[in-house]
Amino acid sequence: MTRAITQSIVLAGRTFGHWRAQPVPFLVNLLFPTLVLLMMGGLLGGAIAGDLPTYFWYAVPGVLAVAMLFGLEGTMLAITTDAKNAITDRLRSLPISGAAVPAGRCLADMAASLLALATTCTAGLLMGWRPGSWTGLVEAALVLLAFRFALLWLGLFAGLRATSPEVVVAVQILVWPISMLSSVFVDPATMPRWLGAVAEWNPLSAAANAVRELTGSPTFTSTTWAGQHAVMLSLVTSGVVTAVFAPLAVRAYRNLDA
Amino acid sequence: MTVVLEAEGLTKRFPGRQAAAVDGVDLRLEEGRVLALLGANGAGKTTTLRMLTTLTRPTGGSARVAGADIRTSGSAVRRRIGVVGQYAALDEVLSGRANLVLFGRLLGLAPAAARQRAAELLVQFDLVEAAGRPVGQYSGGMRRRIDLAVALINRPRVLFVDEPTTGLDPVARRSLWDAVRELVDKGTAVVLTTQYLEEADALADDVVFLRDGSVALAGSIDELRLLAGPPRIETRPPSLEDLYLTLYGPTTAEENR
Ligand SMILES: Nc1ncnc2c1ncn2[C@@H]1O[C@H](COP(=O)(O)OP(=O)(O)O)[C@@H](O)[C@H]1O
Ligand SMILES: [Mg+2]
Repeated sequence: MTRAITQSIVLAGRTFGHWRAQPVPFLVNLLFPTLVLLMMGGLLGGAIAGDLPTYFWYAVPGVLAVAMLFGLEGTMLAITTDAKNAITDRLRSLPISGAAVPAGRCLADMAASLLALATTCTAGLLMGWRPGSWTGLVEAALVLLAFRFALLWLGLFAGLRATSPEVVVAVQILVWPISMLSSVFVDPATMPRWLGAVAEWNPLSAAANAVRELTGSPTFTSTTWAGQHAVMLSLVTSGVVTAVFAPLAVRAYRNLDA
Repeated sequence: MTVVLEAEGLTKRFPGRQAAAVDGVDLRLEEGRVLALLGANGAGKTTTLRMLTTLTRPTGGSARVAGADIRTSGSAVRRRIGVVGQYAALDEVLSGRANLVLFGRLLGLAPAAARQRAAELLVQFDLVEAAGRPVGQYSGGMRRRIDLAVALINRPRVLFVDEPTTGLDPVARRSLWDAVRELVDKGTAVVLTTQYLEEADALADDVVFLRDGSVALAGSIDELRLLAGPPRIETRPPSLEDLYLTLYGPTTAEENR
Protein backbone atom coordinates (compact mmCIF):
# COMPACT_ATOMS: atom_id res chain seq x y z
CA MET A 1 0.00 0.00 0.00
CA THR A 2 2.70 2.51 0.99
CA ARG A 3 4.65 1.29 -2.04
CA ALA A 4 1.67 2.00 -4.28
CA ILE A 5 1.40 5.51 -2.81
CA THR A 6 5.12 6.16 -3.36
CA GLN A 7 4.81 4.89 -6.94
CA SER A 8 1.82 7.19 -7.57
CA ILE A 9 3.73 10.18 -6.24
CA VAL A 10 6.77 9.29 -8.36
CA LEU A 11 4.54 9.05 -11.44
CA ALA A 12 2.87 12.37 -10.65
CA GLY A 13 6.36 13.82 -10.19
CA ARG A 14 7.08 12.80 -13.75
CA THR A 15 4.40 15.23 -14.94
CA PHE A 16 5.81 17.97 -12.72
CA GLY A 17 9.17 17.23 -14.39
CA HIS A 18 7.49 17.87 -17.76
CA TRP A 19 6.32 21.27 -16.51
CA ARG A 20 9.85 22.15 -15.49
CA ALA A 21 11.36 20.85 -18.76
CA GLN A 22 8.74 22.56 -20.93
CA PRO A 23 7.44 25.62 -19.09
CA VAL A 24 5.88 27.24 -22.16
CA PRO A 25 3.16 24.67 -22.90
CA PHE A 26 2.55 24.43 -19.16
CA LEU A 27 2.03 28.19 -18.83
CA VAL A 28 -0.12 28.35 -21.96
CA ASN A 29 -2.39 25.67 -20.52
CA LEU A 30 -2.44 27.39 -17.16
CA LEU A 31 -3.31 30.79 -18.60
CA PHE A 32 -5.66 29.62 -21.36
CA PRO A 33 -8.85 29.97 -19.27
CA THR A 34 -7.75 33.50 -18.37
CA LEU A 35 -7.28 34.21 -22.06
CA VAL A 36 -10.78 32.91 -22.74
CA LEU A 37 -12.10 35.13 -19.97
CA LEU A 38 -10.38 38.19 -21.44
CA MET A 39 -11.44 37.31 -24.94
CA MET A 40 -15.09 36.61 -24.21
CA GLY A 41 -15.37 39.29 -21.56
CA GLY A 42 -13.30 42.02 -23.14
CA LEU A 43 -14.51 41.55 -26.71
CA LEU A 44 -18.06 40.27 -26.39
CA GLY A 45 -18.99 41.09 -22.80
CA GLY A 46 -20.14 44.61 -23.57
CA ALA A 47 -22.42 43.37 -26.32
CA ILE A 48 -23.83 40.55 -24.19
CA ALA A 49 -24.39 42.28 -20.86
CA GLY A 50 -24.32 45.96 -21.71
CA ASP A 51 -21.26 46.70 -19.63
CA LEU A 52 -18.06 44.88 -18.81
CA PRO A 53 -18.14 44.65 -14.98
CA THR A 54 -21.58 43.04 -15.08
CA TYR A 55 -20.42 40.57 -17.68
CA PHE A 56 -17.25 39.57 -15.82
CA TRP A 57 -19.42 39.02 -12.75
CA TYR A 58 -21.42 36.55 -14.85
CA ALA A 59 -18.59 35.03 -16.87
CA VAL A 60 -15.92 34.28 -14.23
CA PRO A 61 -17.82 31.33 -12.68
CA GLY A 62 -18.54 30.05 -16.18
CA VAL A 63 -14.91 30.18 -17.22
CA LEU A 64 -13.89 28.45 -13.98
CA ALA A 65 -16.14 25.55 -15.02
CA VAL A 66 -14.68 25.59 -18.55
CA ALA A 67 -11.18 25.46 -17.04
CA MET A 68 -12.15 22.10 -15.54
CA LEU A 69 -13.47 20.91 -18.90
CA PHE A 70 -10.15 21.84 -20.55
CA GLY A 71 -8.53 19.34 -18.16
CA LEU A 72 -10.30 16.51 -19.99
CA GLU A 73 -8.17 16.90 -23.10
CA GLY A 74 -5.07 17.19 -20.90
CA THR A 75 -5.79 13.81 -19.33
CA MET A 76 -6.56 12.22 -22.68
CA LEU A 77 -3.44 13.65 -24.29
CA ALA A 78 -1.22 12.34 -21.49
CA ILE A 79 -2.71 8.84 -21.74
CA THR A 80 -2.60 8.60 -25.53
CA THR A 81 0.94 10.01 -25.73
CA ASP A 82 2.16 7.43 -23.21
CA ALA A 83 0.51 4.67 -25.23
CA LYS A 84 2.10 5.95 -28.44
CA ASN A 85 5.57 6.16 -26.87
CA ALA A 86 5.12 2.67 -25.41
CA ILE A 87 5.52 4.13 -21.91
CA THR A 88 2.24 2.47 -21.00
CA ASP A 89 3.74 -0.92 -21.89
CA ARG A 90 6.97 -0.19 -20.05
CA LEU A 91 5.00 0.74 -16.93
CA ARG A 92 2.97 -2.45 -17.30
CA SER A 93 6.18 -4.48 -17.54
CA LEU A 94 7.35 -3.14 -14.17
CA PRO A 95 6.54 -4.74 -10.82
CA ILE A 96 4.38 -1.81 -9.72
CA SER A 97 0.85 -1.65 -8.37
CA GLY A 98 -1.83 -1.62 -11.07
CA ALA A 99 -3.46 1.30 -9.25
CA ALA A 100 -0.32 3.45 -9.28
CA VAL A 101 -0.60 4.54 -12.92
CA PRO A 102 -4.18 5.89 -12.73
CA ALA A 103 -3.52 7.28 -9.24
CA GLY A 104 -0.40 9.10 -10.45
CA ARG A 105 -2.35 10.54 -13.37
CA CYS A 106 -5.05 11.60 -10.95
CA LEU A 107 -2.61 13.43 -8.64
CA ALA A 108 -0.88 15.23 -11.50
CA ASP A 109 -4.07 16.25 -13.29
CA MET A 110 -5.90 17.37 -10.17
CA ALA A 111 -2.85 19.46 -9.25
CA ALA A 112 -2.85 21.01 -12.73
CA SER A 113 -6.55 21.82 -12.49
CA LEU A 114 -6.15 23.25 -9.00
CA LEU A 115 -3.46 25.57 -10.35
CA ALA A 116 -5.67 26.54 -13.30
CA LEU A 117 -8.48 27.24 -10.86
CA ALA A 118 -6.30 29.45 -8.68
CA THR A 119 -4.91 31.33 -11.68
CA THR A 120 -8.32 31.91 -13.24
CA CYS A 121 -9.77 33.00 -9.89
CA THR A 122 -6.96 35.50 -9.49
CA ALA A 123 -7.60 36.83 -12.98
CA GLY A 124 -11.30 37.10 -12.14
CA LEU A 125 -10.54 39.04 -8.96
CA LEU A 126 -8.35 41.40 -10.99
CA MET A 127 -11.32 41.94 -13.35
CA GLY A 128 -13.44 43.01 -10.42
CA TRP A 129 -15.21 39.74 -9.63
CA ARG A 130 -15.82 39.39 -5.87
CA PRO A 131 -17.07 36.14 -4.34
CA GLY A 132 -19.66 36.76 -1.65
CA SER A 133 -17.69 34.88 0.99
CA TRP A 134 -14.45 32.93 1.25
CA THR A 135 -16.24 29.83 2.49
CA GLY A 136 -18.49 30.14 -0.53
CA LEU A 137 -15.43 30.28 -2.74
CA VAL A 138 -13.95 27.17 -1.11
CA GLU A 139 -17.26 25.32 -1.52
CA ALA A 140 -17.37 26.40 -5.15
CA ALA A 141 -13.80 25.14 -5.65
CA LEU A 142 -14.80 21.77 -4.18
CA VAL A 143 -17.78 21.49 -6.55
CA LEU A 144 -15.47 22.32 -9.47
CA LEU A 145 -12.83 19.81 -8.40
CA ALA A 146 -15.50 17.13 -8.05
CA PHE A 147 -16.49 17.96 -11.64
CA ARG A 148 -12.82 17.72 -12.70
CA PHE A 149 -12.47 14.41 -10.85
CA ALA A 150 -15.38 12.99 -12.85
CA LEU A 151 -13.80 14.27 -16.08
CA LEU A 152 -10.55 12.61 -15.05
CA TRP A 153 -12.11 9.16 -15.17
CA LEU A 154 -13.92 9.96 -18.38
CA GLY A 155 -10.57 11.11 -19.83
CA LEU A 156 -8.73 8.02 -18.59
CA PHE A 157 -11.32 5.74 -20.14
CA ALA A 158 -11.52 7.63 -23.43
CA GLY A 159 -7.72 7.98 -23.56
CA LEU A 160 -7.20 4.25 -23.05
CA ARG A 161 -9.75 3.45 -25.73
CA ALA A 162 -8.47 6.06 -28.19
CA THR A 163 -6.29 4.64 -30.92
CA SER A 164 -4.00 7.67 -31.28
CA PRO A 165 -3.30 11.14 -29.86
CA GLU A 166 -5.10 12.56 -32.91
CA VAL A 167 -8.40 11.57 -31.31
CA VAL A 168 -7.72 14.24 -28.69
CA VAL A 169 -7.94 16.91 -31.38
CA ALA A 170 -11.59 16.01 -31.84
CA VAL A 171 -12.16 16.54 -28.13
CA GLN A 172 -10.30 19.86 -28.22
CA ILE A 173 -12.68 21.00 -30.95
CA LEU A 174 -15.84 19.64 -29.32
CA VAL A 175 -15.10 21.48 -26.09
CA TRP A 176 -16.13 24.71 -27.82
CA PRO A 177 -19.69 23.91 -28.97
CA ILE A 178 -20.19 22.21 -25.59
CA SER A 179 -19.13 25.41 -23.79
CA MET A 180 -21.25 27.58 -26.05
CA LEU A 181 -24.30 25.40 -25.53
CA SER A 182 -24.35 26.09 -21.80
CA SER A 183 -24.83 28.91 -19.33
CA VAL A 184 -21.07 29.54 -19.26
CA PHE A 185 -21.01 32.61 -21.49
CA VAL A 186 -24.66 33.58 -21.98
CA ASP A 187 -28.01 33.12 -20.27
CA PRO A 188 -29.78 30.14 -21.89
CA ALA A 189 -33.02 32.16 -21.71
CA THR A 190 -31.70 34.20 -24.62
CA MET A 191 -31.35 31.07 -26.78
CA PRO A 192 -34.05 29.45 -28.91
CA ARG A 193 -36.26 27.54 -26.50
CA TRP A 194 -35.16 23.98 -27.18
CA LEU A 195 -31.47 24.93 -27.33
CA GLY A 196 -31.91 26.84 -24.08
CA ALA A 197 -33.32 23.70 -22.47
CA VAL A 198 -30.35 21.66 -23.67
CA ALA A 199 -28.00 24.34 -22.35
CA GLU A 200 -29.67 24.34 -18.95
CA TRP A 201 -29.18 20.62 -18.56
CA ASN A 202 -25.57 20.69 -19.77
CA PRO A 203 -23.43 19.49 -16.82
CA LEU A 204 -21.12 22.42 -17.54
CA SER A 205 -24.04 24.78 -16.80
CA ALA A 206 -24.71 23.00 -13.53
CA ALA A 207 -21.07 23.50 -12.50
CA ALA A 208 -21.07 27.16 -13.58
CA ASN A 209 -24.42 27.88 -11.92
CA ALA A 210 -23.30 26.13 -8.74
CA VAL A 211 -20.28 28.44 -8.58
CA ARG A 212 -22.54 31.46 -9.20
CA GLU A 213 -24.84 30.36 -6.42
CA LEU A 214 -22.08 29.58 -3.91
CA THR A 215 -20.11 32.76 -4.57
CA GLY A 216 -23.16 34.99 -4.76
CA SER A 217 -22.47 35.91 -8.37
CA PRO A 218 -25.52 36.79 -10.46
CA THR A 219 -27.53 33.76 -11.37
CA PHE A 220 -29.90 34.14 -14.25
CA THR A 221 -33.49 33.82 -13.15
CA SER A 222 -34.09 30.28 -14.19
CA THR A 223 -37.49 28.77 -13.78
CA THR A 224 -36.33 25.25 -14.55
CA TRP A 225 -35.56 22.66 -11.94
CA ALA A 226 -32.00 22.32 -13.29
CA GLY A 227 -31.32 26.01 -12.91
CA GLN A 228 -32.63 26.12 -9.35
CA HIS A 229 -30.77 23.08 -8.01
CA ALA A 230 -27.38 23.67 -9.61
CA VAL A 231 -25.17 22.66 -6.67
CA MET A 232 -26.93 19.38 -6.07
CA LEU A 233 -27.25 18.68 -9.78
CA SER A 234 -23.53 19.27 -10.34
CA LEU A 235 -22.47 17.09 -7.44
CA VAL A 236 -24.84 14.29 -8.47
CA THR A 237 -23.68 14.46 -12.10
CA SER A 238 -20.03 14.30 -11.04
CA GLY A 239 -20.82 11.40 -8.73
CA VAL A 240 -22.64 9.46 -11.44
CA VAL A 241 -19.97 10.07 -14.09
CA THR A 242 -17.28 8.96 -11.63
CA ALA A 243 -19.26 5.88 -10.61
CA VAL A 244 -19.69 4.88 -14.26
CA PHE A 245 -16.30 5.74 -15.71
CA ALA A 246 -13.93 4.89 -12.86
CA PRO A 247 -14.69 1.14 -13.10
CA LEU A 248 -14.74 1.33 -16.91
CA ALA A 249 -11.31 3.02 -16.90
CA VAL A 250 -9.89 0.45 -14.49
CA ARG A 251 -11.25 -2.33 -16.65
CA ALA A 252 -9.88 -0.75 -19.83
CA TYR A 253 -6.47 -0.55 -18.16
CA ARG A 254 -6.60 -4.19 -17.06
CA ASN A 255 -7.73 -5.27 -20.52
CA LEU A 256 -4.67 -3.79 -22.17
CA ASP A 257 -3.20 -7.30 -21.92
CA ALA A 258 -5.95 -8.80 -24.11
CA MET B 1 22.43 -25.26 -15.67
CA THR B 2 19.32 -23.54 -14.37
CA VAL B 3 16.46 -23.26 -16.79
CA VAL B 4 15.21 -19.66 -16.71
CA LEU B 5 12.56 -19.88 -19.37
CA GLU B 6 10.29 -22.68 -20.40
CA ALA B 7 7.26 -22.35 -22.64
CA GLU B 8 4.89 -25.07 -23.74
CA GLY B 9 2.34 -24.70 -26.48
CA LEU B 10 2.26 -20.92 -26.08
CA THR B 11 -0.63 -19.63 -28.20
CA LYS B 12 -2.24 -16.29 -28.90
CA ARG B 13 -5.40 -15.76 -30.88
CA PHE B 14 -6.43 -12.14 -31.27
CA PRO B 15 -10.18 -11.59 -31.26
CA GLY B 16 -11.64 -11.37 -34.75
CA ARG B 17 -8.62 -12.99 -36.37
CA GLN B 18 -8.84 -16.34 -38.08
CA ALA B 19 -5.20 -17.43 -37.79
CA ALA B 20 -3.41 -17.57 -34.45
CA ALA B 21 -0.65 -14.94 -34.15
CA VAL B 22 1.37 -17.44 -32.11
CA ASP B 23 0.49 -21.09 -32.43
CA GLY B 24 1.79 -23.66 -29.96
CA VAL B 25 5.34 -22.39 -29.46
CA ASP B 26 7.73 -24.36 -27.22
CA LEU B 27 10.82 -22.61 -25.89
CA ARG B 28 13.57 -23.36 -23.43
CA LEU B 29 16.48 -21.25 -22.23
CA GLU B 30 19.23 -21.74 -19.68
CA GLU B 31 21.02 -19.18 -17.57
CA GLY B 32 23.73 -17.15 -19.29
CA ARG B 33 22.55 -18.00 -22.79
CA VAL B 34 21.02 -16.00 -25.61
CA LEU B 35 17.92 -17.19 -27.42
CA ALA B 36 17.17 -15.53 -30.75
CA LEU B 37 13.66 -15.61 -32.17
CA LEU B 38 14.04 -15.22 -35.91
CA GLY B 39 11.33 -14.57 -38.41
CA ALA B 40 9.93 -12.21 -41.00
CA ASN B 41 7.53 -9.39 -40.19
CA GLY B 42 4.33 -10.81 -38.76
CA ALA B 43 5.90 -14.15 -37.83
CA GLY B 44 4.80 -13.68 -34.21
CA LYS B 45 8.05 -12.60 -32.55
CA THR B 46 6.68 -9.55 -30.75
CA THR B 47 3.54 -11.35 -29.64
CA THR B 48 5.63 -14.19 -28.19
CA LEU B 49 7.79 -11.72 -26.31
CA ARG B 50 4.77 -9.81 -25.05
CA MET B 51 3.26 -12.99 -23.65
CA LEU B 52 6.50 -13.98 -21.93
CA THR B 53 6.76 -10.51 -20.37
CA THR B 54 3.12 -10.53 -19.15
CA LEU B 55 2.10 -7.67 -21.46
CA THR B 56 -0.27 -9.88 -23.43
CA ARG B 57 -2.34 -12.71 -21.99
CA PRO B 58 -1.86 -16.04 -23.82
CA THR B 59 -4.96 -17.78 -25.06
CA GLY B 60 -3.31 -21.17 -24.74
CA GLY B 61 -0.27 -22.96 -23.39
CA SER B 62 1.89 -22.05 -20.44
CA ALA B 63 5.27 -20.61 -19.59
CA ARG B 64 7.55 -20.13 -16.62
CA VAL B 65 9.97 -17.23 -16.64
CA ALA B 66 12.67 -16.90 -13.96
CA GLY B 67 10.85 -19.52 -11.95
CA ALA B 68 7.41 -17.88 -12.00
CA ASP B 69 4.29 -18.72 -13.97
CA ILE B 70 3.42 -15.94 -16.43
CA ARG B 71 -0.31 -16.55 -15.98
CA THR B 72 -0.58 -16.79 -12.23
CA SER B 73 2.49 -14.94 -10.91
CA GLY B 74 2.74 -11.94 -13.23
CA SER B 75 4.20 -9.61 -10.66
CA ALA B 76 6.90 -12.12 -9.66
CA VAL B 77 7.84 -12.44 -13.33
CA ARG B 78 7.95 -8.65 -13.70
CA ARG B 79 10.27 -8.34 -10.71
CA ARG B 80 12.85 -10.64 -12.31
CA ILE B 81 12.85 -9.53 -15.93
CA GLY B 82 13.90 -6.54 -17.99
CA VAL B 83 12.01 -5.58 -21.13
CA VAL B 84 13.17 -3.57 -24.11
CA GLY B 85 10.34 -3.17 -26.57
CA GLN B 86 10.49 -2.89 -30.33
CA TYR B 87 10.26 0.90 -30.02
CA ALA B 88 12.08 2.90 -27.35
CA ALA B 89 9.73 3.27 -24.39
CA LEU B 90 11.04 6.39 -22.76
CA ASP B 91 9.84 9.73 -21.57
CA GLU B 92 10.90 11.90 -24.51
CA VAL B 93 10.63 15.14 -22.56
CA LEU B 94 12.81 14.10 -19.64
CA SER B 95 16.57 13.71 -19.79
CA GLY B 96 18.29 10.33 -19.98
CA ARG B 97 19.30 10.64 -16.35
CA ALA B 98 15.79 11.66 -15.28
CA ASN B 99 14.37 8.62 -17.10
CA LEU B 100 16.75 6.30 -15.26
CA VAL B 101 15.95 7.88 -11.90
CA LEU B 102 12.21 7.78 -12.62
CA PHE B 103 12.17 4.07 -13.42
CA GLY B 104 14.61 3.33 -10.60
CA ARG B 105 12.24 5.00 -8.15
CA LEU B 106 9.33 3.01 -9.58
CA LEU B 107 11.35 -0.16 -9.08
CA GLY B 108 11.54 0.65 -5.39
CA LEU B 109 14.95 2.34 -5.13
CA ALA B 110 15.25 5.23 -2.67
CA PRO B 111 16.03 8.60 -4.31
CA ALA B 112 19.77 8.45 -3.55
CA ALA B 113 20.05 4.82 -4.65
CA ALA B 114 18.15 5.58 -7.86
CA ARG B 115 20.53 8.44 -8.68
CA GLN B 116 23.51 6.21 -7.90
CA ARG B 117 22.26 3.41 -10.14
CA ALA B 118 21.50 5.94 -12.90
CA ALA B 119 25.06 7.25 -12.73
CA GLU B 120 26.47 3.70 -12.98
CA LEU B 121 24.35 2.85 -16.00
CA LEU B 122 25.14 6.14 -17.75
CA VAL B 123 28.83 5.25 -17.49
CA GLN B 124 28.25 1.66 -18.55
CA PHE B 125 26.35 2.74 -21.65
CA ASP B 126 28.58 5.65 -22.56
CA LEU B 127 25.83 8.21 -22.09
CA VAL B 128 27.42 10.47 -19.49
CA GLU B 129 27.78 13.36 -21.90
CA ALA B 130 24.18 13.16 -23.10
CA ALA B 131 22.75 12.47 -19.63
CA GLY B 132 21.20 15.90 -19.20
CA ARG B 133 19.61 16.18 -22.63
CA PRO B 134 15.97 15.27 -23.31
CA VAL B 135 15.73 11.74 -24.71
CA GLY B 136 13.69 13.15 -27.60
CA GLN B 137 16.94 14.60 -28.95
CA TYR B 138 18.92 11.34 -28.79
CA SER B 139 20.09 9.48 -31.90
CA GLY B 140 18.68 6.03 -32.65
CA GLY B 141 21.68 4.27 -31.14
CA MET B 142 21.66 6.37 -27.95
CA ARG B 143 17.94 5.81 -27.58
CA ARG B 144 18.45 2.08 -27.82
CA ARG B 145 21.21 2.20 -25.22
CA ILE B 146 19.25 4.27 -22.70
CA ASP B 147 16.27 1.97 -23.28
CA LEU B 148 18.47 -1.01 -22.51
CA ALA B 149 19.93 0.77 -19.47
CA VAL B 150 16.42 1.34 -18.08
CA ALA B 151 15.64 -2.36 -18.51
CA LEU B 152 18.75 -3.25 -16.49
CA ILE B 153 18.12 -1.06 -13.45
CA ASN B 154 16.88 -3.96 -11.34
CA ARG B 155 19.57 -6.39 -12.60
CA PRO B 156 17.08 -8.77 -14.25
CA ARG B 157 17.70 -12.49 -14.51
CA VAL B 158 16.14 -12.61 -17.93
CA LEU B 159 16.30 -9.75 -20.39
CA PHE B 160 13.86 -9.53 -23.31
CA VAL B 161 14.82 -7.37 -26.28
CA ASP B 162 12.58 -6.92 -29.30
CA GLU B 163 14.53 -6.19 -32.50
CA PRO B 164 17.44 -4.51 -30.73
CA THR B 165 19.20 -3.14 -33.78
CA THR B 166 16.53 -2.58 -36.41
CA GLY B 167 17.23 0.80 -37.95
CA LEU B 168 20.68 1.23 -36.39
CA ASP B 169 23.84 1.91 -38.33
CA PRO B 170 26.57 -0.77 -38.20
CA VAL B 171 28.60 1.00 -35.50
CA ALA B 172 25.64 1.49 -33.20
CA ARG B 173 24.62 -2.10 -33.91
CA ARG B 174 27.99 -3.43 -32.84
CA SER B 175 28.08 -1.32 -29.70
CA LEU B 176 24.68 -2.78 -28.76
CA TRP B 177 25.91 -6.30 -29.46
CA ASP B 178 28.86 -5.66 -27.16
CA ALA B 179 26.52 -4.47 -24.43
CA VAL B 180 24.43 -7.64 -24.75
CA ARG B 181 27.53 -9.87 -24.69
CA GLU B 182 28.75 -8.16 -21.54
CA LEU B 183 25.47 -8.91 -19.80
CA VAL B 184 25.50 -12.50 -20.89
CA ASP B 185 29.04 -12.90 -19.56
CA LYS B 186 27.71 -11.84 -16.17
CA GLY B 187 25.07 -14.57 -16.29
CA THR B 188 21.97 -12.80 -17.57
CA ALA B 189 19.84 -14.84 -19.94
CA VAL B 190 18.67 -12.92 -23.00
CA VAL B 191 15.76 -13.48 -25.33
CA LEU B 192 15.93 -11.32 -28.41
CA THR B 193 14.01 -11.17 -31.64
CA THR B 194 15.57 -10.25 -34.92
CA GLN B 195 15.03 -10.25 -38.64
CA TYR B 196 18.77 -10.43 -39.24
CA LEU B 197 20.51 -13.78 -39.51
CA GLU B 198 23.75 -11.93 -38.98
CA GLU B 199 22.57 -10.74 -35.59
CA ALA B 200 21.55 -14.22 -34.50
CA ASP B 201 24.88 -15.45 -35.73
CA ALA B 202 26.73 -12.83 -33.70
CA LEU B 203 24.85 -13.20 -30.43
CA ALA B 204 22.73 -16.31 -30.15
CA ASP B 205 23.42 -19.64 -28.49
CA ASP B 206 19.99 -20.97 -29.33
CA VAL B 207 17.84 -20.07 -32.30
CA VAL B 208 14.14 -20.49 -32.96
CA PHE B 209 12.79 -19.75 -36.42
CA LEU B 210 9.16 -18.65 -36.36
CA ARG B 211 6.92 -18.81 -39.39
CA ASP B 212 3.24 -17.79 -39.25
CA GLY B 213 3.29 -18.13 -35.48
CA SER B 214 4.75 -21.64 -35.35
CA VAL B 215 8.25 -22.91 -34.78
CA ALA B 216 9.68 -23.78 -38.18
CA LEU B 217 13.07 -24.85 -36.89
CA ALA B 218 14.85 -24.73 -33.54
CA GLY B 219 18.20 -25.71 -32.13
CA SER B 220 21.53 -24.51 -30.82
CA ILE B 221 23.44 -22.23 -33.15
CA ASP B 222 26.07 -24.93 -33.73
CA GLU B 223 23.49 -27.51 -34.74
CA LEU B 224 21.86 -25.05 -37.10
CA ARG B 225 25.17 -23.95 -38.59
CA LEU B 226 25.82 -27.56 -39.52
CA LEU B 227 22.42 -27.73 -41.16
CA ALA B 228 22.58 -24.43 -42.91
CA GLY B 229 26.14 -24.02 -44.03
CA PRO B 230 27.76 -20.58 -43.83
CA PRO B 231 25.46 -17.76 -42.73
CA ARG B 232 24.23 -15.40 -45.40
CA ILE B 233 24.57 -11.71 -44.93
CA GLU B 234 21.36 -10.25 -46.24
CA THR B 235 21.57 -6.52 -46.36
CA ARG B 236 25.09 -5.37 -47.12
CA PRO B 237 27.98 -6.98 -48.94
CA PRO B 238 30.61 -7.70 -46.27
CA SER B 239 33.30 -5.72 -48.02
CA LEU B 240 31.28 -2.49 -47.87
CA GLU B 241 30.35 -3.04 -44.24
CA ASP B 242 34.01 -3.60 -43.34
CA LEU B 243 34.87 -0.40 -45.13
CA TYR B 244 32.15 1.45 -43.23
CA LEU B 245 33.40 0.15 -39.93
CA THR B 246 36.97 1.18 -40.64
CA LEU B 247 35.71 4.62 -41.62
CA TYR B 248 33.36 5.29 -38.72
CA GLY B 249 33.76 2.58 -36.15
CA PRO B 250 36.06 1.93 -33.22
CA THR B 251 36.21 -1.79 -34.06
CA THR B 252 36.24 -3.90 -37.20
CA ALA B 253 33.79 -6.60 -38.04
CA GLU B 254 36.48 -9.22 -37.57
CA GLU B 255 37.12 -8.30 -33.95
CA ASN B 256 33.47 -8.74 -33.22
CA ARG B 257 33.14 -12.20 -34.61
N1 LIG C 1 -3.02 -6.39 -31.07
C1 LIG C 1 -3.18 -7.16 -32.15
N2 LIG C 1 -4.41 -7.40 -32.64
C2 LIG C 1 -4.59 -8.19 -33.72
N3 LIG C 1 -3.61 -8.78 -34.39
C3 LIG C 1 -2.35 -8.59 -33.97
C4 LIG C 1 -2.07 -7.76 -32.83
N4 LIG C 1 -0.72 -7.75 -32.63
C5 LIG C 1 -0.21 -8.52 -33.60
N5 LIG C 1 -1.17 -9.04 -34.41
C6 LIG C 1 -0.95 -9.94 -35.56
O1 LIG C 1 -0.24 -11.05 -35.11
C7 LIG C 1 0.71 -11.47 -36.08
C8 LIG C 1 2.09 -11.51 -35.46
O2 LIG C 1 2.50 -10.19 -35.18
P1 LIG C 1 3.85 -9.86 -34.41
O3 LIG C 1 3.94 -10.70 -33.21
O4 LIG C 1 3.88 -8.39 -34.22
O5 LIG C 1 4.95 -10.29 -35.47
P2 LIG C 1 6.48 -9.90 -35.58
O6 LIG C 1 6.90 -9.25 -34.31
O7 LIG C 1 7.18 -11.19 -35.83
O8 LIG C 1 6.60 -8.98 -36.76
C9 LIG C 1 0.59 -10.50 -37.24
O9 LIG C 1 -0.23 -11.08 -38.21
C10 LIG C 1 -0.09 -9.30 -36.63
O10 LIG C 1 -0.85 -8.62 -37.58
MG1 LIG D 1 7.71 -7.32 -34.02
